[in-house]
Amino acid sequence: MTTRKILDIDFSRIDTDRMRLNVGPQHPSTHGVLRLEVELDGEVVTNVIPHIGYLHRCFEKIAENMNYQQVIPYVDRMDYISSMNNELPYVIAVEKLLGLKVPEKVEYIRVIMAELNRIANHQIAIATFGLDAGAFTPFLYLFRDREYILWIFEKATGGRLLFNYFWVGGLANDVYPTFKEDVLNIVKQVRKTNKDIEELLIYNKIFIDRTANIGVLPADVAINYGCSGPMLRGSGVPFDLRKAEPYSIYDRFDFEIPVGKGEVGTVGDCWDRNIVRMREIEQSCRIIEQAIAQMPDTGDVQSAIPKKVRPPKGEVYFRCENPKGELGFYIISDGKDKPYRVKGRAPSFVNLSVLPEISRGYLFADLIVILGSIDIVLGEIDR
Amino acid sequence: MNTTEIFELLREKFKDAIIDLVDNPPSDSFINVVPEKLFDICLELRDNPEFDFDYLMCLSGVDFPTNLQVVYHLYSLNKKHKIVLKVTVPKENPKVPSVERIWRSADWHEREAYDLFGIIFEGHHNLIRILLPYDWEGYPLRKDYKEPETYHGMRVPY
Repeated sequence: MTTRKILDIDFSRIDTDRMRLNVGPQHPSTHGVLRLEVELDGEVVTNVIPHIGYLHRCFEKIAENMNYQQVIPYVDRMDYISSMNNELPYVIAVEKLLGLKVPEKVEYIRVIMAELNRIANHQIAIATFGLDAGAFTPFLYLFRDREYILWIFEKATGGRLLFNYFWVGGLANDVYPTFKEDVLNIVKQVRKTNKDIEELLIYNKIFIDRTANIGVLPADVAINYGCSGPMLRGSGVPFDLRKAEPYSIYDRFDFEIPVGKGEVGTVGDCWDRNIVRMREIEQSCRIIEQAIAQMPDTGDVQSAIPKKVRPPKGEVYFRCENPKGELGFYIISDGKDKPYRVKGRAPSFVNLSVLPEISRGYLFADLIVILGSIDIVLGEIDR
Repeated sequence: MNTTEIFELLREKFKDAIIDLVDNPPSDSFINVVPEKLFDICLELRDNPEFDFDYLMCLSGVDFPTNLQVVYHLYSLNKKHKIVLKVTVPKENPKVPSVERIWRSADWHEREAYDLFGIIFEGHHNLIRILLPYDWEGYPLRKDYKEPETYHGMRVPY
């Protein structure tokens, strides 16, 4: 057996070429059709250039050719895993332009549906983040629970992902008779699974090693880049639109804003962003329980408004706390039955732009984890 | 602070660069400013502790029959107040100073406005198309846009 000859080379003097690598657009780790142009120095990421637009469906142009009500199905298709949350800012923005007030019962159903969808979204986010870090089992548990939530949506609206349920001035239809019991059962189930996930994933040594101190996003950078949602809260900024500017009836509920504290690493690392989502599920459960208790049983779910609404001339920018961050709609009305301009300010679009900033200097395998921790949906980025 | 107070303070400092305040509830009130002074105004809005606008919520381009507009929605996380700025530029020469160096979130928003409206943001470090292919022609969100017949041999309208 020959012993390996030890070479006498000064490695620091070797000039290696930087390598350019394309990740995507068809790659399981990019969560959709995103292409990352990665510049590598050996195994270390020196630069990342995200290329987006593969899923561009001209939402803003289509919206200019539709009635205000007809835009809602297109809004669903922006962030297709939290459609209820997408509809909320849009319908509230149009209602604000019209000066409409919706019935009490509608507000409660909207909040319950939005929070259920927030749970479903965070479950996907945590599950796929676990997958990116190499944990397969939590994915199965979380997708099973998400399925129960989708059953409620299916029973109430007829759709599993794309609902067209919130209408301007009300809802498409009332909820079914056993809705309250179903929702409370789900809340119980979600809490139970959350406990399992904490043991399986969150406080798992391997998972902590993969995610702590990785992709650190300082608070001032997050604010300057316009990050919102769990991205911003993970960096320790307690900013939640449901508290800062309570819309709908969120001021009636008692809940907390979880923030990243750097429990296992640095404030603003991937683990912090993930734990914020985890704790937000619990807060959503609390909101749902309070809303179910306060919700009136009777009442109309549709205001008497015509199919074609004509808001007066004006403009409005309305934003809501989406599971991914601040989703805003900027709508300009020129007094006709179609909007003059609709701009969707998508949270993923803004959050993704910080990726080059937080992934430089980490290993290539960490880049995948960092991207997973941002929780992007390409339907929303490309619109 | 509400928009009127911010408008008065800005008027004192920038004089004629602040054109007017449009307040017409229930629609949002906004301040029209001249494009030449936009960068200085934005810098003042971010760095003056009285304003403290550290968060650019949204930046949108709008196409009106005679001109193009860029709308800035600003927010302050500490002071919890917001403001809307608007600049209007002619269609023949749509040049607006870039605020990308003030709020980095403007980077992609400005690229999007360039992509879909053809507004040139002067001083932007990388003003290229973002949503459409790099060799696309025309600016689709303009009201008079006609889509091309073919793109690389593929039929576009269907």
